[in-house]
Amino acid sequence: MYIIEKSLKLSENVYEIWVNAPHVTRNAKAGQFVIIRTDEKGERIPLTISCISGDLVRIIFMAVGKTTHALAAIPAGGSISDIAGPLGTPSEIKQYGTCVLVGGGVGIASTPVIAKALKEAGNRVIGILGARNANFLILEDEMAEICDELLIATDDGSKGHHGFAADLLKKKIDEEQVNAVWIIGPTIMMKVTSNATRDKGIKTFVSLNPIMVDGTGMCGSCRCVVGGKTKFACVDGPEFDAHEVDFDNLMQRQRYYMEHEKEALSTWQEHQCTCGRHE
Amino acid sequence: MGDRSVSDRLKDFEEVDMGLSQEEAIEEASRCLQCKKPGCVDGCPVNIDIPAFIALIANGDFIGAASSIREQNLLPAICGRVCPQETQCEELCILGKKETPIRIGQLERFAADQERNKGLTVPARKPKTGKRVAVIGSGPAGIVAAGELAKDGHDVVLFESLHTPGGVLTYGIPSFRLPKDVVKAEIDLILAMGVDLKLNHLVGRTVSPDELEGFDAVLLGTGAGLPYFMGIPGENLSGVYSANEFLTRVNLMHAERFPEYDTPIARLSRVVVVGGGNVAMDAARTARRMGAKVTLVYRRREEDLPARAAEVHHAKEEGVEIFTCANPVKILGEQSVTGIECIRMKMCQLDNGGRPVPEPVEGDTFTLDCDIVILAIGQGPNPVLVSQIKGVEKGRAGNVVTGEDGRTSHPKIFAAGDVTTGAATVILAMGGAKQAARSITAMFGN
Ligand SMILES: Cc1cc2nc3c(=O)[nH]c(=O)nc-3n(C[C@H](O)[C@H](O)[C@H](O)COP(=O)(O)OP(=O)(O)OC[C@H]3O[C@@H](n4cnc5c(N)ncnc54)[C@H](O)[C@@H]3O)c2cc1C
Ligand SMILES: Cc1cc2nc3c(=O)[nH]c(=O)nc-3n(C[C@H](O)[C@H](O)[C@H](O)COP(=O)(O)OP(=O)(O)OC[C@H]3O[C@@H](n4cnc5c(N)ncnc54)[C@H](O)[C@@H]3O)c2cc1C
Ligand code: SF4
Ligand code: FES
Repeated sequence: MYIIEKSLKLSENVYEIWVNAPHVTRNAKAGQFVIIRTDEKGERIPLTISCISGDLVRIIFMAVGKTTHALAAIPAGGSISDIAGPLGTPSEIKQYGTCVLVGGGVGIASTPVIAKALKEAGNRVIGILGARNANFLILEDEMAEICDELLIATDDGSKGHHGFAADLLKKKIDEEQVNAVWIIGPTIMMKVTSNATRDKGIKTFVSLNPIMVDGTGMCGSCRCVVGGKTKFACVDGPEFDAHEVDFDNLMQRQRYYMEHEKEALSTWQEHQCTCGRHE
Repeated sequence: MGDRSVSDRLKDFEEVDMGLSQEEAIEEASRCLQCKKPGCVDGCPVNIDIPAFIALIANGDFIGAASSIREQNLLPAICGRVCPQETQCEELCILGKKETPIRIGQLERFAADQERNKGLTVPARKPKTGKRVAVIGSGPAGIVAAGELAKDGHDVVLFESLHTPGGVLTYGIPSFRLPKDVVKAEIDLILAMGVDLKLNHLVGRTVSPDELEGFDAVLLGTGAGLPYFMGIPGENLSGVYSANEFLTRVNLMHAERFPEYDTPIARLSRVVVVGGGNVAMDAARTARRMGAKVTLVYRRREEDLPARAAEVHHAKEEGVEIFTCANPVKILGEQSVTGIECIRMKMCQLDNGGRPVPEPVEGDTFTLDCDIVILAIGQGPNPVLVSQIKGVEKGRAGNVVTGEDGRTSHPKIFAAGDVTTGAATVILAMGGAKQAARSITAMFGN
């Protein structure tokens, strides 16, 4: 049992929790993730480590299905049955020169730890955060503090650039020499955005989110095609060279359980209902 | 009492083999000749005193029989069920020459089940030595090593990356062959000796190799859990599972009970399993229980199937269709699987193991329609930890090289089980673990 010390809502459907898990915090590095299971009947789901403070791990997630909704419903002081980690190969942190970190939507959650590590390694760090609208923008202040420069884009123009984060990235690499880029967000956003750096041959990392089970390299559920080879994202990744990733295969595999996911969520919501007619 | 009827057992995941009744056990035990030089014991990788425990069963002292087995084997209810006795003790039983050998595995299981029903007692520990040992992985190798080391008085920390201990016993072997309450009871008994089990700890990530240096000795029991893929087109389509993934979703996560349990699994209708070992049979029989039509494709002949004969028999009884001398070349489908293209294989000269080398017959291909493909073509040592540990010699397959005593080339690091041998058996993992534990205690000088 692991205690959720804090739980708050950041925006519609986006939540932040702090889990007490000293075994995870001790060796956690930028770019790694945890696997949690809410209860004995729960699924194992991967979530990025978004900040470490003492014994606490911060996780920021979007409630999209059964497990994430159930997790959001656990109040501070409640607990989850399992948290395993840190998992995955850490980000390749070194002195590159100038680095750009692009976060899209809830993918922004992954950026502060990487930004901090890049800063400590002596890089100039530029953050670009993209969201649907100003209400969905998370961690703006935190990133502003870490980064040398922070740019914002919203789809509806309610804050910053009216358009996509990719537009700002393109502009940035035209303006100045950029040595390495991280793009973290929805798969389609990573696919499209990473085209911006392809021609210039700028080293670009994306953090892949295939469906996982164990997260320890023993099932192959998370396999992705990178540079024509099959890789296990949970141990070889989740970060890979963006220009080598087969995004279409990833998206196709991510959709496999869509029907099950709908059913799991609606079954759960029925049981949450207090009308007294169910059960 | 024999096997449950096929129609009954396809409806659930309960154990197929109902074991022996007391009368049957006594009758079977009474057939034993109590040989002076028992062949059966030579065939047992951990040298259980087989005639001794059989004599106790014949006399009706079932608990005594179980205690006798426990002197050599800490997991008798498990081994009685899953050991390949037909190529070990039973193969060398003298009675096998003229009639049928004693059913030693059934008798071992019987004694252990009787003991469990009465309630197990925790073995005594020697006085504390103050030495700390890290055991990594809680499969049969890790569990047995932890038990032996605790008995010797050492402080044992047992690290496991998953949320439940047991390794393959928990996530791999289905409950219709090995009920999970049997596994739990035998593991709990060992943990009750004061082993400090740390779940959700992936050593190599959660605990660094440097931190392991803080222990007086380390025992690697991380198994061979890395599933191999074939490298053929279509392998990354949705609907292609490794046997490990398929079995883990069911055995560990209970996806067969979705949506009561949250983990999903594809709705199966036509399944093709590739491979011919125990893992392939387990996957095929699991898929049958989930309502699928199942075809198994194996590249050699039927007599070369590496699975236990009893498992092949059970699979066939349960309606698994077996296609031999065929190998997949391509998995078909746009988004998810729609079929699998196979090529016929011809058998050529025998290899070192006496099995024919299969070679494809150019152009002779055929297609099986299916919506799920399960690959059960073998597994290798999990590299997460092993690749990071310095000073330990490794073999070609990435396995850890040890002597018979479980020592590696690093003075403080020992290893046992599938991580040393590659995918093998529960009893070999156990035997190796006992040796390694003994070597550790010897190194401490007590
Ligand atoms: C390495 C990694 C890090 C991640 N970090 C974060 C994060 O920090 N914040 C966040 O909001 N999300 C993150 N995700 C995605 C998150 O795991 C899924 O949103 C979550 O599993 C959904 O579970 P659910 O039951 O609520 O939804 P479901 O209804 O089950 O699924 C909704 C979506 O989540 C995906 N998904 C479902 N089950 C899994 C699974 N077992 N493994 C991976 N994906 C799954 C599906 O493809 C689907 O698109 C990460 C994924 C990976 C692989
Ligand atoms: C489906 C299937 C059916 C089988 N049927 C039979 C049978 O009928 N009879 C038989 O004798 N054998 C059978 N086997 C083989 C047998 O199960 C194995 O030989 C045996 O389990 C090996 O034991 P082990 O302890 O070495 O490894 P495992 O059982 O694989 O256990 C290793 C454990 O270590 C954990 N681990 C791995 N890396 C780390 C790490 N870095 N940190 C922490 N923990 C880690 C894993 O999660 C796992 O729990 C079968 C195997 C499979 C897969
Ligand atoms: S070889 Fe057979 S008959 Fe002889 S002791 Fe062993 S089990 Fe009994
Ligand atoms: S999630 Fe099982 S191997 Fe990666």
